[in-house]
Amino acid sequence: MSQEPAAGYYSRPVLKEPVWKAEIPVYFFLGGLAGAAAGLGFMARLGSNRVLARRALAASALAILACPPLLISDLGRPERFLNMLRVLKPTSPMSIGTWTLSAFSASVMGAAASEFLGLLRPLGRLAEAMAALLGLPLTTYTAVLIADTSIPAWHLARRELPFVFAGSAAASAGGVTAALTPGAEAAAARRLAVFGGMTELLAVGVMEHRLGDFGRPYREGGVARLATGAKAAIAAGTVLMAFGGRRRAAAAAAAVLLAGGSLAERFAVVGAGRESARSTVGEATVQGQPT
Amino acid sequence: MSAAAEEPLGFFTDSSICIGCKACEVACKEWNHVPVADIRYLNSSYDNTGGLGANNWRHVAFIEKKTDTGVAWLMNSDVCKHCAEAACLDVCPTGAIFRTEFDTVVVQPDVCNGCGYCIPACPFGVLERREGQAEQPATNGVAQKCTLCYDRLKIGYEPACAQACPTKSIQFGPREELHQRAARRLEQLHDEGRDEARLYLADGSDNGIGGAGAFFLLLDRPSAYRLPENPVVPTRRLKEMWSAAGAAAGLLLAGLVVAALGAGKK
Repeated sequence: MSQEPAAGYYSRPVLKEPVWKAEIPVYFFLGGLAGAAAGLGFMARLGSNRVLARRALAASALAILACPPLLISDLGRPERFLNMLRVLKPTSPMSIGTWTLSAFSASVMGAAASEFLGLLRPLGRLAEAMAALLGLPLTTYTAVLIADTSIPAWHLARRELPFVFAGSAAASAGGVTAALTPGAEAAAARRLAVFGGMTELLAVGVMEHRLGDFGRPYREGGVARLATGAKAAIAAGTVLMAFGGRRRAAAAAAAVLLAGGSLAERFAVVGAGRESARSTVGEATVQGQPT
Repeated sequence: MSAAAEEPLGFFTDSSICIGCKACEVACKEWNHVPVADIRYLNSSYDNTGGLGANNWRHVAFIEKKTDTGVAWLMNSDVCKHCAEAACLDVCPTGAIFRTEFDTVVVQPDVCNGCGYCIPACPFGVLERREGQAEQPATNGVAQKCTLCYDRLKIGYEPACAQACPTKSIQFGPREELHQRAARRLEQLHDEGRDEARLYLADGSDNGIGGAGAFFLLLDRPSAYRLPENPVVPTRRLKEMWSAAGAAAGLLLAGLVVAALGAGKK
């Protein structure tokens, strides 16, 4: 008892760590990919590029198919997953997101069924438009979800996180679709991938800079290594896609780099939140106005 | 905020007369069937539960503080603050967390599906998911915290912790009255020359959380007791967050349009 007192209350963090497991960053990645791919497919349809429209729609449908099982398995009581739909709560980004995801999934699956089974084509086109529209909030609501917490590294990045996630979604959707599509038809996908990669890198840079001391998880330790790897992969994938993406093999390699980098970035963001919660010792919390 | 059908009730915890006996922790466990878990030797003080959580709805912080003349013992019984703008309640996607007629915040364990959102939302680190408690299977995987003894309030009893407190450090009653009592007690301590005494969340004003249903008189900075300085609920900035998300979605749309338009020239 003769030593200097530790910071705060015996160096114990004020906040609890989030309990979300690996399913959640994987969902953030797949949901973003599906949302942006639906938009890409719809734009290709408008531009009468049938090949690209079909590949993008397939990518979107396959990605979104994996999401509900991931989300359900992360619940403390998975058998009660339907309770998510017992209310629609505007104050809860998770509630808004659940309804967005539900409507998006129904639209994409309907559009894909129509396209690939040749059923009710006009209705399928309508579902495709719906999916493209709902895909936009689907890629960004997840940023609001984590920003609307007391975790400093998330809450204090509330202005940048949606741009990180939107960029990540565009990079992965563009990359994967470009790899799935013959080079001559895939120009729009390549452009989206390059746009997404640049947006993500810029937004991540601004976020890490603006977080200041609260951004330490991005600079030190395991999360920092993951974040650095993510940035390197996204940068390499962006350059490769921009200059060599017309060749299918190069597009595939770029897609692996972009998707892998985007997935790693989601893990880094979620991991940074966990470390940030652990570091809320003493006065290192999000503070409002003194009263 | 629903119009409270009853008078808002709450706790005023006066740490200056807390003796660290932990009767509140025990009474709470007894009444609410809170499992006896997470009790360990922490090698820091007489505290052996560390903080609030799924299995500790009251937590007595115990601080041995070095002073000029020796060691001062600071004790304070922490509890859920029952915020007027409760972040946990706002973010809960199932409606499992609700506001009662007494203006308190309660989790319905049979509705909660354990999504875990309330846990990082709370600026005080109060909520936690209960895991692996064999004697309480109905609440495993579910967020848990103080209910301010909702069942007891319903039948006109005071909460178990307040009833068990032997020094009346934990005072229960109408919030209006408790605010006045807190102000009087602070004045009294200041008159006695105890300038270190201060109120925490007890002025009945906004407080960054819209006002608290549980407030405190402390003898050191809040952070010394593991309480956040100037807490603010994250949910206050929701509009700003959705605006940023809207702008980002707009940028994505612009990217999609440009990518598609440029596609003509390969």
